[in-house]
Amino acid sequence: MSNAERPLTGDFRADGRPLGIGEYEKTGGYLALRRALKEMSPAGVMDEVKDSRLRGRGGAGFPTGSKWSFVPSGADVFSSGPKFIVANADEMEPGTFKDRILMENNPHMLIEGMLLGAYATGADCAYIFVRGEYFGSARAIGKAVAEAYGKNYLGKNILGSGFNLEMHLHMSAGRYMCGEETGLLNSLEGKRAIPRTKPPYPQVSGFMGRPTVVNNVETLCNVPHIIRNGAEWFRGLSRGFSGDGGTKIYGASGRVKRPGAWELPIGTTAREILEEHAGGMRDGFRFRGLLPGGASTEFLLEEHLDVRMDFDSVQKVGSRMGTGTMIILDDRTCPVGMQLSLQKFFARESCGWCTPCREGLSWVVHMLGAIEEGQGEMEDIDLLLEQARLLAPGHTFCALAPGAAEPLGSGVKYFRQDFERHIREKHCPWKIKNS
Amino acid sequence: MLSGAELNEIEKELRAYSDRKMGCIGALKIVQRHRGWITDEALRDLAGYLEMTPDELDSVATFYPLVFRRQVGRHVILVCDSVSCYNVGYEELLWHLMKRLAIGLGQTTADGRFTLLPAACLGVCESAPAIMIDADVHGGLEPPEKVDQILNSYE
Ligand SMILES: Cc1cc2nc3c(=O)[nH]c(=O)nc-3n(C[C@H](O)[C@H](O)[C@H](O)COP(=O)(O)O)c2cc1C
Ligand code: SF4
Repeated sequence: MSNAERPLTGDFRADGRPLGIGEYEKTGGYLALRRALKEMSPAGVMDEVKDSRLRGRGGAGFPTGSKWSFVPSGADVFSSGPKFIVANADEMEPGTFKDRILMENNPHMLIEGMLLGAYATGADCAYIFVRGEYFGSARAIGKAVAEAYGKNYLGKNILGSGFNLEMHLHMSAGRYMCGEETGLLNSLEGKRAIPRTKPPYPQVSGFMGRPTVVNNVETLCNVPHIIRNGAEWFRGLSRGFSGDGGTKIYGASGRVKRPGAWELPIGTTAREILEEHAGGMRDGFRFRGLLPGGASTEFLLEEHLDVRMDFDSVQKVGSRMGTGTMIILDDRTCPVGMQLSLQKFFARESCGWCTPCREGLSWVVHMLGAIEEGQGEMEDIDLLLEQARLLAPGHTFCALAPGAAEPLGSGVKYFRQDFERHIREKHCPWKIKNS
Repeated sequence: MLSGAELNEIEKELRAYSDRKMGCIGALKIVQRHRGWITDEALRDLAGYLEMTPDELDSVATFYPLVFRRQVGRHVILVCDSVSCYNVGYEELLWHLMKRLAIGLGQTTADGRFTLLPAACLGVCESAPAIMIDADVHGGLEPPEKVDQILNSYE
């Protein structure tokens, strides 16, 4: 694929170092900002993004243009005083590493995307919320923000347009809940990352009670390209594979030949990602299943591999595209052990606010641990499925628990025989085989 | 008492926020960079400086795993135990580390050199299994013996 078909990653340097501001400008960087400030109204920028059919890359796939349009504008009380835009760079979804790649390689693209989002929604202050372990991303972003201030792409009266934007880097300190957008806002205010009631939505009452847009890093990185090349071009990038616009950074981890991430037309099939880009399974390992987009998505099997990886298609086969970074289960890894690893993560990261999540997940971990150790009972399997139902949407305050339920319910359903074998044989068949 | 260097850095950090409390996570991390961990005394001093009660600040400090409220070694090893690493040899790596260092998760070696902690996905799944020592990521640790030489470079 040519660089034009890979707008997000095509201009990366070969040595993996971040593009400096001069290099970014040479690839057309900040042209979209110049055009927007000179020729477009904020509503015009918003309409272009709506038209592009860009959907949020943070996992839920919410249309970005509509999200922005909920920010109040005009002469009401919300429109006087500060408004905010926040880049969600928490990226703690297990199996996900795409936002790090974008920030480490082309930090100015994120800054320009935030500038355009701020212009469209009338925000005058921006935060980039980076997870505490991403030192490389923080270094790249910190330097890029300073460079952007130096050239008046940030600050007061940007390029003489009268538009102002201050931008700050916030380094977090761990905890998956920081990625949930309202937990993120609490964390940014120096509090524990527990979620807030919705409504009111952040677009109306977010950071410090003011209108705030929270977008994923990959989502925002698409915006400069949409404004520079137009919505129609962006829709065309998906090559008609999907009703969604653009490309997607897909990834694969697990025992594949070439674990990694690739920018491809949105709607590329899971099979193509797995077999062509990841090179198929490593020699001596057979494919058993995958989580299509991070830990909090349902398992898919061999029979689902021809699914197009876009938000609607993956939903039709009973899972979610999520972050689009697939985690592969092979035949030499125990599905019960994998499930235990998944649920330990969710249990540990639960903020403890609601009962099904706080109590249910630790119970699930306990039961899975017993089954893995050969001390499970057949009734446990139905209890696990019952817990998956109790963790499902509608029973808890945020989407962490439903996220845990997705691999749990589907994992028990698809690998039930492996669970039963552990219980019948009173040990983990994989441990015996491997030791 | 907070040192002059700590106060300088904290003041710089607070500039990004309109209210002193909002900068408390960054401020905790600054103090931790200087002292290795957050003692009760440091917590009280910092709380006073940020116009918070010590309990209020501690409720934040204890929520975030990268803020250490107990003494840690000179180097902290975060071992990713999430699913991408699990599927490619996390257990072998953890066993090897525990044997090599003769400590379990949450413990510090007798010479105060290393503390071993579990960590959620480090976001480097393309090079799983991975660990992080201080600010450095080390991936591709299969077989686990690969970690031995890496450990030698941390005194
Ligand atoms: C527990 C939990 C963790 C999340 N973590 C992230 C994250 O690390 N990064 C992210 O962009 N979105 C994350 N999300 C989704 C956000 O809440 C939000 O939907 C997203 O940032 C919106 O951006 P988008 O519209 O651009 O996709 C998480 C959601 C939940 C429930
Ligand atoms: S679902 Fe879990 S993480 Fe979310 S608010 Fe409830 S307890 Fe907290």
